[in-house]
Amino acid sequence: MPDLSRLSPLKPVLPWALLALGVAAPFALSSYDLNLLARFMAMGILALGLVLIWGHGGILSLGQGVFFGLGGYAIALHMKLADLPAGELPDFMVWSGRESLPFWWTPFASPAFTLAAIILLPTLAGALFAWAVFHRRVGGTYFALITQALSLAFATLIISRQDVTGGFNGLTDFYSIFGVGLASPGTGSMLYWITLTILCVAFVALRWLLASRFGILLRAARDGENRVRFLGYNPTPFKVAAFAIAAMLAGIGGALFTLHAGVVSPALIGVVPSIEMVVWVAIGGRYSLAGAIVGALLVNLARDAVSSAFPELWLYLMGALFIFVVTLLPRGLAGIAKGKAA
Amino acid sequence: MDALFLNQLFNGASLASLYLLAALGLALSFGLMRVINMAHGEMLMLGGYLAWMTLLVVPGALGILLAIPVAFIGAAAMGGFIQSTLIRHLSARPLDTLLATWGVSLILQQGARDLFGAIGVEVRAPEWLTGSFVAFGVTLPSARLFIIAIAALVLGGLALLLLKTRIGLLVRAVNQDRMMASASGIDVKRVDFTIFCLGSGVAGLAGVMLALLGPVTPNVGQSYIIPAFLVVVMGGLGSIIGTTASAIILGLFAALAQIFVDVSVAQMLLLVFVILFIQVRPQGVVAVKTRQLDA
Repeated sequence: MPDLSRLSPLKPVLPWALLALGVAAPFALSSYDLNLLARFMAMGILALGLVLIWGHGGILSLGQGVFFGLGGYAIALHMKLADLPAGELPDFMVWSGRESLPFWWTPFASPAFTLAAIILLPTLAGALFAWAVFHRRVGGTYFALITQALSLAFATLIISRQDVTGGFNGLTDFYSIFGVGLASPGTGSMLYWITLTILCVAFVALRWLLASRFGILLRAARDGENRVRFLGYNPTPFKVAAFAIAAMLAGIGGALFTLHAGVVSPALIGVVPSIEMVVWVAIGGRYSLAGAIVGALLVNLARDAVSSAFPELWLYLMGALFIFVVTLLPRGLAGIAKGKAA
Repeated sequence: MDALFLNQLFNGASLASLYLLAALGLALSFGLMRVINMAHGEMLMLGGYLAWMTLLVVPGALGILLAIPVAFIGAAAMGGFIQSTLIRHLSARPLDTLLATWGVSLILQQGARDLFGAIGVEVRAPEWLTGSFVAFGVTLPSARLFIIAIAALVLGGLALLLLKTRIGLLVRAVNQDRMMASASGIDVKRVDFTIFCLGSGVAGLAGVMLALLGPVTPNVGQSYIIPAFLVVVMGGLGSIIGTTASAIILGLFAALAQIFVDVSVAQMLLLVFVILFIQVRPQGVVAVKTRQLDA
């Protein structure tokens, strides 16, 4: 039995306390605040993936927004089609003068295909991308720079294909999901419970994964990739698998976020948002799953509070947070809780 | 060959010059310290604003020539400040350096937005740079020719510095084996600092060139810096020849791709090209020999 206690600095009180708060929230919060919390929890699912690859795998991805976006756009495509009377085109396509639906939109009319796409599309894209880079033993800083180029290219592509992607404004105005009206009473809290459940399942699964031999190898490859090779392991498949899992979590988070926020757009998934995702985890604590969830919630709450009143201030604050956490608090809040700053 | 092709070839050369000027500093300090300064793009921006301010003080035909040293020194000072206060303390943690300098980049961009406005400022190029030449049926704007010439000069100057001077000798020593260089009495931290200032200065100079092409905005650096990162990835560790070659390849690729597809698809193709390239040569265009286990 692997020792689980080493993994989470705030064992086991914090996860249970968080869960208790999560369960209590629907009874205590207004539906607006509950929706906000659900959004942040969807981001927390993405943050868990970053703990896996960055904290434990040493793989810094500045392109998680791409996978978040793949999940988000997959569900958005479905909702756009589902709300449509037969034979009509989504409004923005009509405005851009398109005559027919692009072929890659059509399968998203099927709920089963959409659900599969939300999970498989980011996973496969992540696996392919990571394999292409890692199997030639390119990693570290190079990998981070390439992921940033990926998120730039992805966002630019979406913006420039206005007629089929909704362009800069993204996709919005959704009315129903799998036959359930989004505005009908009870849908909000039902979606909240679904998000909370997925977050918990992801948390438990990753905890198990990090304690398994897979997790040990991932950490070993992070600390000395060539040494792992000398021991007879090939670390590449492990790194690719970890990246694919993180991409899958990002995609699921993106789909849930889109449901809660009612919009998906390039502004949520481009270069700057992608690197913001890393700061959530840096603040919470890159080695700690619970810390990452806390980080995602706190940063987004702060963002919501600060940027509505002082939009300029938020960027200064964010920059300062990056510098402060990375230089003085590399283990994040989880490190303080454990009594270790570094 | 048709005019469009020649025209894009020329645009590619000037794009490559900008990529080169932006990437040289990154590549040099990456070779020495294994860190990337994400605020390097803001050195371009700083150079652009310094050019604008210089031209406010010294209008006229030669203002732009004065702006070049001003931007170089200003950006070098800013680079030196960032290196000595932040990067030096993080030098053993390359990924953390990336994140911390991204924080610096956000602050500098927002600072510029507050100081100069979000719309940006326009640098009026002097008359001798606004004309154009016609050769082989292609119009060659003087500003772009000027940029290519400056890039060639900077590259030549840097090559002389690295190959013929004492500081160049020290830089090459640290680049090859940091520990041995340090053990033989070289002050590696001072070498780091000098090269960082130099690289930032070159980026500031590149900012002056950007100012000749369009308005200087708070995020003007961002549109050039990500291709410059790809130049570094493809160039090989700290090799000037590798960086130059990969800047030329990527600049030409980006410009020629635009004959067939639009800018956004060209950007995606550029990334795909780099990923395909590292399948063949993961060590970059020029591989620097090293005996380190985990380089």
